[in-house]
Amino acid sequence: MTPMPMTQVPLLAVRGLTKRYGERVGCLDVGFDLWSGEVLGLVGESGSGKTSVLQCLAGRLEATAGCADFFQRDGTIVDILRLPEAPRRRLARTDWAMVQQNPRDGLRMGVTAGANVGERLMAVGERHYGRIRREALDWLGQVEIPQDRIDDLPGTFSGGMLQRLQIARCLVTRPRLVFMDEPTGALDVSVQARLLDLLRGLVADLGLSAIVVTHDLAVARLLAHRLLVMKDGEVIESGLTDQVLDDPQHPYTQLLVSSVLQP
Amino acid sequence: MSGYNFAYLDEQTKRMIRRAILKAVAIPGYQVPFGSREMPLSYGWGTGGVQVTASVIGPEDVLKVIDQGADDTTNAVSIRQFFARTTGVKTTTRTDRATLIQTRHRIPETPLREGQIMVFQVPIPEPLRWLEPRESETRKIHALEEYGAMHVRLYEDITLHGRVATAYDYPVRVNGRYVMRPSPIPKFDNPKLDRNPALLLFGAGREKRIYAVPSWTSVKSLDFKDHPFTIEKWEQSCALCGAGDSFLDEVIVDDKGGRMFVCSDTDYCARRREPTR
Repeated sequence: MTPMPMTQVPLLAVRGLTKRYGERVGCLDVGFDLWSGEVLGLVGESGSGKTSVLQCLAGRLEATAGCADFFQRDGTIVDILRLPEAPRRRLARTDWAMVQQNPRDGLRMGVTAGANVGERLMAVGERHYGRIRREALDWLGQVEIPQDRIDDLPGTFSGGMLQRLQIARCLVTRPRLVFMDEPTGALDVSVQARLLDLLRGLVADLGLSAIVVTHDLAVARLLAHRLLVMKDGEVIESGLTDQVLDDPQHPYTQLLVSSVLQP
Repeated sequence: MSGYNFAYLDEQTKRMIRRAILKAVAIPGYQVPFGSREMPLSYGWGTGGVQVTASVIGPEDVLKVIDQGADDTTNAVSIRQFFARTTGVKTTTRTDRATLIQTRHRIPETPLREGQIMVFQVPIPEPLRWLEPRESETRKIHALEEYGAMHVRLYEDITLHGRVATAYDYPVRVNGRYVMRPSPIPKFDNPKLDRNPALLLFGAGREKRIYAVPSWTSVKSLDFKDHPFTIEKWEQSCALCGAGDSFLDEVIVDDKGGRMFVCSDTDYCARRREPTR
């Protein structure tokens, strides 16, 4: 827990992250550095351990071994895999955000869009209704939801709007690290493209760091600066996105890249 | 009454409940689990309140029981008679003469004083239940003071109705720490909880929880800075006693739409109508 100059320390340094489900392996000895403003893609087929990595880092699963040093706002470094529950949950509602594949898992479907966006503000102590509402309106604008839908229930929204609403809800407190689990997985292609545009813009404008889990290599190419390719719980190849996708070295990555359907 | 222990409950059970009450008093607003017993009345009729009352009542006590402010409704009369029979204590309808008051849905208008105990009947003790169905999770939220989401409900009220529409069981923060349901009292009574000289005990029989607000504890109703907490107001005064400061019930008096507003606190209303000496 020693303060260090920002430029020399990655936002998140993961080493030896392992998750076992009894005999079975979720992920094995995963390690990487995530720098501030960087988007890291985790790709691989289903069951390759991408989501296990994400869930362990986001504190939703308990890792079996490994460490993950997170560089906090106050300049101190903590191992988020060993952090007690109270500070971990505090991080989860301030510095982190989780975008779920199914927006219904990440939203409160019983309350209006405005309340969904405002909840994280209220969770960090905002007690002024007018300010919460202004901020919610501003964020609806940023994610291209018509502002007159602020008092509508999410149930009346389309799939793409729901996902954008979830993104607004996550980003309203300006988190420094965003976990995304197949953020475009449940959407059709044209809606996907629009959402990816939006995400790219937000990531660049806000200087967000993000870990994006996806099985869709096109999504990875558009969003991620760097890629980790996983198979059977292990990282088999990593590097810059273009490099990995255009010149895959590992036979599995070559298979993965060549399996993409061409329209 | 022969064949029954004093105040119906056996001494071991009373001891267990008193221990829960002591813990509840030590941690204001915290819900203490206790081994709720079967009582000779059904859940929802005040089994929690009856068990708390049975555990704290002594032969010297003077008991008052109210239901929606009234001393003469079925529930109030039954519970009062139950304790009169099983303990032999004196009962009263006068707030100022009672040492122990069991209540459903009201706090009397007459100010309470130090040394009095007020027992509330609680249907649902958990203020977070509407937003989180898991008990394990609500306990964690209480432990870590993650109360931000409580304001989501107030936000929704203001958004949909222009004001906080929650009119009863309005959530409060006790002693700057635990968020608590004050039981279904009207929010009109919420300010009476704050720094009240009497000891306030809350019993939920079905949900098996006891909590407390000790004398003189701060109790603040949740609100927004730009939408501060307010209580109900009436344009009318009580049609019987003329009080302009009490909680009024609207009573239909005929089948032609005639109605009148009267004090919900029958004792308060009756005292005001007594000829002054």
